[in-house]
Amino acid sequence: MTETLTAAPTRQVVPTAARRRPSRVTAGGVARVVGLTLWLVVTLFPLYWIALTSFKSPGSINRWPLEYWPSEPSIDNYTDLFATSSFATFVGNSLVVALVAGATSTLIALLSAYVLARFEFRGKGAVLGAFLLTQMIPAFIALGPLYAMLADLGLVDTKPGLALVYVAMCIPFSTVMLRGFFENVPDSLEEAAMIDGCSRLGALFRVLVPVMVPGIVAAFIFNFVNCWNELFLSVVLMNSDANKTIPAALNGFISTFNIAWGPMSAAAVLTILPTMLLFALASRWIVEGLTAGAVKE
Amino acid sequence: MTATTFGSDGARAEQARARRARGGQARAPRERLRRKSFGRRHALTILGFLLPAIVFVCWFTYFPMLQGAHMAFRDWNLWDLTSTPWVGLANFATILSDPVFPVVAGNTAVWVVGSIVPQLVIGFLVALALWRRFRLRGLYQALVFYPWAVSGFLVGMLFRWMFNAEFGVVNDLLMKAGAIEAPLPWLAEPGLAMVAVIMANVWYGVTFFAIMILAALQSVPDEVLEAAAIDGAGTVRRLFSIVIPYIWTTLALTVLLRVIWTFNSPEIIYAMTGGGPAGRTHIITTWMIQYTQQGSYGLASAIGLAVMAVLFVFCAFYLMAMRRVNER
Repeated sequence: MTETLTAAPTRQVVPTAARRRPSRVTAGGVARVVGLTLWLVVTLFPLYWIALTSFKSPGSINRWPLEYWPSEPSIDNYTDLFATSSFATFVGNSLVVALVAGATSTLIALLSAYVLARFEFRGKGAVLGAFLLTQMIPAFIALGPLYAMLADLGLVDTKPGLALVYVAMCIPFSTVMLRGFFENVPDSLEEAAMIDGCSRLGALFRVLVPVMVPGIVAAFIFNFVNCWNELFLSVVLMNSDANKTIPAALNGFISTFNIAWGPMSAAAVLTILPTMLLFALASRWIVEGLTAGAVKE
Repeated sequence: MTATTFGSDGARAEQARARRARGGQARAPRERLRRKSFGRRHALTILGFLLPAIVFVCWFTYFPMLQGAHMAFRDWNLWDLTSTPWVGLANFATILSDPVFPVVAGNTAVWVVGSIVPQLVIGFLVALALWRRFRLRGLYQALVFYPWAVSGFLVGMLFRWMFNAEFGVVNDLLMKAGAIEAPLPWLAEPGLAMVAVIMANVWYGVTFFAIMILAALQSVPDEVLEAAAIDGAGTVRRLFSIVIPYIWTTLALTVLLRVIWTFNSPEIIYAMTGGGPAGRTHIITTWMIQYTQQGSYGLASAIGLAVMAVLFVFCAFYLMAMRRVNER
């Protein structure tokens, strides 16, 4: 720990102009590079391994010695996945549900985050407390009643039904995140707009939203990824092949005795890829969003 | 994530205010209240803006949760839904007297502590290493932060495959390194299965700590560190007397949030072992899944309520302890 830290504070005593000069090679600097490299390898390896498995020929997956690079690269696992399941439909369903629920929950969270950041009122602590409390509820306690409730509404095994539940699931965390963002934007902005005749809602969307794009994008990506990944609700609520989302389909792989690792790894790669790209593209905004938002909470 | 209301404008002012407010967290909000007396005049705006969020959370989270809680006091079984008599606390008694219960409770403690401590330590180190800007830092972050975008279930599947007894890469690498002579049945061996699922969870959770701590580190003012360095404070000294106290709130709350999520997230274990072998990796929430799958909704709900109660009490004590540390 000592070694790794050396690098950071020593920067502070170097005059600004000299900062860009290549620094001396120190024990701390070496430890830092080694540590970062090690962590990069550890982090990327599981992804590499599952991608590698997905491109091995079905016969070479279960064979010694293990191959660290495919000797007979093939896309059989992918064609197999699409031939034996409606995976393309599942991807489409997941995309629709995650986009709709992600956007709706971000919008709703934007409104609640705004008043929670800007006003003092009785019951504010209770609202925030109730949001925190949602994080403690195990998914399984609400599953049965939720199923019955959606059945009454005729929404079991429908995309709107799942999306409704996901919106509720995403609101608490994104509210807290966006609230931190609002607190970093001075009140004077929308006060000026309101003096100029904007309504509060108008000021929010015309003046505040444009300057908060990074935070809103970060919150949306969060919500999208959460909906894309959610397992138990999707397994219980979606059962027809026409409406199933990806997690429900993935769960099917472990309910059989012998897991078909070939198609499974292909499905895993296709599931991880979109969210991973989204995160990679927006990683700067996400760190920024958290710096402004959740961190201070 | 907590109900505390710290100030506004910028992380730095934020921290300063949080410090000033130490000793009484109520002070900061009250100051604000005096500064702009909103309130009754804007009651309609407040209500209107909050309403959609409250409606959704009540309708699709709290309402089903309360109904589920209700089942905990009834003999609610999938095999006979026509008769669900009120049984009071009998379900809780059944759970507590189950011989599996102490094992599950112990496993849960091992799972939470064994996951959070390494996540915190590695996450802290990664954040410290990323603190100073360097070329390609953006690229590095983009590559290293992706586990966060993967679902717990898929992380479990990835590691289940890597820990596979016959064709798992972990065994292969360990054998190549000469650490073991024959492949280990990671997920079937009682003593090893917990190690494997915790390793998967550590891998998964480091990112969250790294991002949160990195974000907090960036709010530590350079001047304070410079002053300390000029006064001759060494690296370790600066870490423990300046950096850690400065980001204390973030550290404590990140740990709290992770404890809640780790306690409450059965996905990795569900995917890797399903609680096996012989219940050795069952934590409280995978145990709950098992009861649900058996159709014993009453018992499952009783476990669910117990989970919430434990987390609630833990949160209350934790936040109280945090406040006390802040006061010092």
